[in-house]
Formats: sequence, structure tokens, C-alpha cells
Amino acid sequence: MKMIRHQTLTIASAIGLLLFAATSHAEVDAHSRNLAASCAACHGTNGHSVGGTPVLAGLDKALFVTSMKDFKSGARPSTVMQNHAKGYTDEEFEKMADFFAAQKR
Amino acid sequence: MSIDRRDFLKLSAAGIVVGVFPGCATSASEIVKKKGQRVVIVGAGFGGATAAKYIRMWGENKIEVVLIERNPTFISCPMSNTVLGGSRTISDLTQDYDTLKSKYGIELVRGEVKAVDPQKQTVTLADGYLSYDRLIVAPGVDFMFDQIEGLSAEVAGESIPHAWKAGAQTTLLRKQLESMTDGGIFAISIPKAPYRCPPGPYERACQVAFYLKNNKPKSKVLILDANPDIVSKKGLFMSAWNELYPGMVEYRANAEAKHVNVAGKIIKTEFEDVKADVLNVIPPMKAGAVASMAGVVNVDNRWCAVDFLTYESKVHKNIHVIGDSVSAALPKSGHMASSQAKVCAAAIIELMQGRQPDSNPAIANTCYSMVSNNEAVHVAHVYRFNAEKQAMIPAEGGGVSAKRSEVEGTLANYWLKNILNDVLL
Repeated sequence: MKMIRHQTLTIASAIGLLLFAATSHAEVDAHSRNLAASCAACHGTNGHSVGGTPVLAGLDKALFVTSMKDFKSGARPSTVMQNHAKGYTDEEFEKMADFFAAQKR
Repeated sequence: MSIDRRDFLKLSAAGIVVGVFPGCATSASEIVKKKGQRVVIVGAGFGGATAAKYIRMWGENKIEVVLIERNPTFISCPMSNTVLGGSRTISDLTQDYDTLKSKYGIELVRGEVKAVDPQKQTVTLADGYLSYDRLIVAPGVDFMFDQIEGLSAEVAGESIPHAWKAGAQTTLLRKQLESMTDGGIFAISIPKAPYRCPPGPYERACQVAFYLKNNKPKSKVLILDANPDIVSKKGLFMSAWNELYPGMVEYRANAEAKHVNVAGKIIKTEFEDVKADVLNVIPPMKAGAVASMAGVVNVDNRWCAVDFLTYESKVHKNIHVIGDSVSAALPKSGHMASSQAKVCAAAIIELMQGRQPDSNPAIANTCYSMVSNNEAVHVAHVYRFNAEKQAMIPAEGGGVSAKRSEVEGTLANYWLKNILNDVLL
């Protein structure tokens, strides 16, 4: 009896965790999507640039994050990007990268 | 069965549906029948058109969007100074609204808003009304002609254009430049900040100088600035004037236009009378008229205070304000209006589903200025929400170009292509 109860609790909390994970994941996604949306003026809707700037849609996450960190530090010279990169946190780079990596090219 | 507007009007004219909607005080007919949750947006500029597209796109087409616009086409204000320089025409900057309707299912209503009722949640046009669950007011700016004696909307349209909304006045100003004799003076009068597009007047001085240098090299550009100093990209504009157009551009600070003499072509400031051959007087600005109709103008009798998580007005619930009309420490630019529109769109989608909006928005602004036909400079900043101050404040970093360049000129052209695509297609 005790064991069954324990199992039930475990299952219940596992479901709870899953639900929590699903909810918080959706939450993170909307925030990531919103953060990435500002990039569209130069890089196109959802990162689908129509010319002159790199297509961010489908970009490898690590490549995006590294590029942004390098723009921020100045390791990678840029005309405009350093002024944007310095305004975001490394955590925000990760979120934007998640969003762009998930877009179809 | 869905009845489109034209059919509906036909039915109305036939007397079939007249009087069915007695709820509206000023007009009997509902222009487009509200079926589900609906957002009505007034103004299809950078802000309004972006909000419309993104509510449909992010909201998985579940929310009805009605977009009201009085102009038949979209004309981009950004880059319109290059029409004066000669590297673009107004038609290069003009796009239709067809894709917003065909691809995103946005209901486009062409017309002028006459009244907004925040209690009944209706917007009235000449030929009927529209009901909303949430309203987005995105009217851009209106001009305060009464602040400069002798100036009026008529004078601006006929002889002293502001050309601060791209279109007929831009073309008129270009024609005036073409008619000016070599050795003439082009005078531009800049209002006190805040106004739409902080670097715009100084970019215009560059574009006019570019045209004059190549066509009427004895002429001058005289800048009469109501502000105590160059408002934006100061060093970059000064080096453009000195190096690209030496001896041609003269800048006068604290020179606020108080009066214009239309026939004499004279601008009077507190200190002097300036006679010029072509006058370009940009009047002070305020939130567009629809904001007043909605009763959401509550800062200095000019601008609208909003909650920066949702862009909901501080005056009326369910009315949001985006773009130039907003009172904020944000530049009044097309990119800013479009970025605000996305925050507002995301928040409305969440609110309509009973959820909380994103609590930590960060938005970016990139603003290019063309200093010649092919060289540009930029300013770029990220702005983020500060919960303590309940305001959008500049994030760390941000700034201007190291120097003007052709690379940035190319990037500026692609910025326009990409943002127009993002707003309209």
C-alpha cells in the first residue's frame, strides 16, 4: 500500500514536472521569439533575409552565439553589429539562437 | 457566410441591413461584422502594419484583425530624403497592402476614422463603425501648424512643404529645388525634440547639399535648428558637411521658427529674419489625431503614456498606442514603431488567451542616414524594460558608425528592403 502510494506520488509529480516543463518551455519560446523579432528589420521575418545581411533562419546555435559574443567583445570587427551585441546578455544570445536554429531555411 | 465590405455596402444601399445595428450612435452600419476576438488597428504605417501581420502570424490566425488606413498605398518615410538628393523617386518607396490581405487574412478598410468610443469599444468611419475587443492606435504624428505664425496645412501643401511625411510634399520640395537658381539658399527649419526621426533633418541637409553640389554649386543649405545642438549623429553629420560639401552647409543652433512670411519667403526666429529661395519648415509634432479622438493623449497635450509590456494606454483599457505617438525615451523611427508593434502584438495574443505578457522585453533600433548618394552612417541601440522605472531605457553599448562608408550605404538600402518586407510581405 505504502509502495503503491509512493509510486502514485512519483508518477503524479513526474506528470507535474512534465506539465511544468511544457509550460515553461512554451514561455521561454515566446520570449526568445520576441527577442529575435527585433533582428527582422535587417535580417528578415524569422531570420529570412531578403538580401544584404546573413540569413539567420536555420543557423547553427553555437555559431550564432559565438558570433554574437565575438561582435560584443570586438574580436569580430563589424560596422553595426557591435552596437546591438553589447546591448544583450549572453543568456539572451542563447535564446535568440534557439529561435533562429528552429526556423526552416 | 462571409460578406465582404463591398457586398455589405451594396446590401446596405438596397436597404436590406440598414437599422439592424441600433447600438451605434453616429452611424448605423457595421462595416465588417465582428465574429470572434478582434483587434482593430488604426494606421498602416511601420507600426500598425507590423502589428497586423504579427498578430495574425504569431496568433495562428485565430484573432480577427481589421486594419484601417486612409492612404491607398504605403510610402516609406525612411530613405525618402534620397528623393531630394535624386537617387530615388517616391514610386521606389511605394508599396501596396495586398499581401497583408492575401497572405495573412487581414481585413483592410480604407477610410478616415471620425470617432472612437472607448466604452462601447467602437471606431466610427464615414460609412459605418467597427467593433473591437482591443484597439491599436498607430497614427504617427500630426503637425502643430499653429505653433508657427503664417504656417498652415494649406501653406505646407502648396508653397512651404515640411515633406515630413513622404509623398506629394517630398515631390514638391524636389521640384522647388530643381527650379531654384544657382546661388540660391535652401533653408530647413527643425523643431524642438521630440519629433519624428531625430537624424532626419540633418540627413536632409546632406541630400539637398548633394543635389546642389552636382547641379547648383554656388547654392547654400542653411539649417535653422530650434534645438541647442545637433540632435543626432553630430560628429558624423558635421564631417559629412565639412568634407563632402565644404562651404555649402551652415548650421545655426537655437534658431526656432516663430513666423513665416509666405510671399516674402522669410522665416522669422527670435533673433533674425532669414530670407531663402526654398523654405522647408518642419513644424513641431504631436500624436496623430486618432489618439486625441480615443482620448489617450495625456502627456504635455501631445503624446500618449503606455505600459511598456503591452503598449496599453495609461488612460483607457483595451486601447494600445504604438509608434511615434508614444511618450517614451525611444527614438520616433520606423524600426522603433515596428519593434514596439511586435511587443504589443505578442502581449495582445497572450492577454486574449488569459495569460501574462512577456515581462522582460528588449527591442532594437537601427537607423541609417544617407549622407550622399552612396554613403551612410548609422546609430543603433538596444532598449530594455526597466520594471522599477516602468520605462524602456537604453541598454549598455549602442552607438554610431566609426565613420561614413559605402558599405553602410549598401547596408542601408538592404535595411529598407528587409524592413519593408517584414512590415508588408
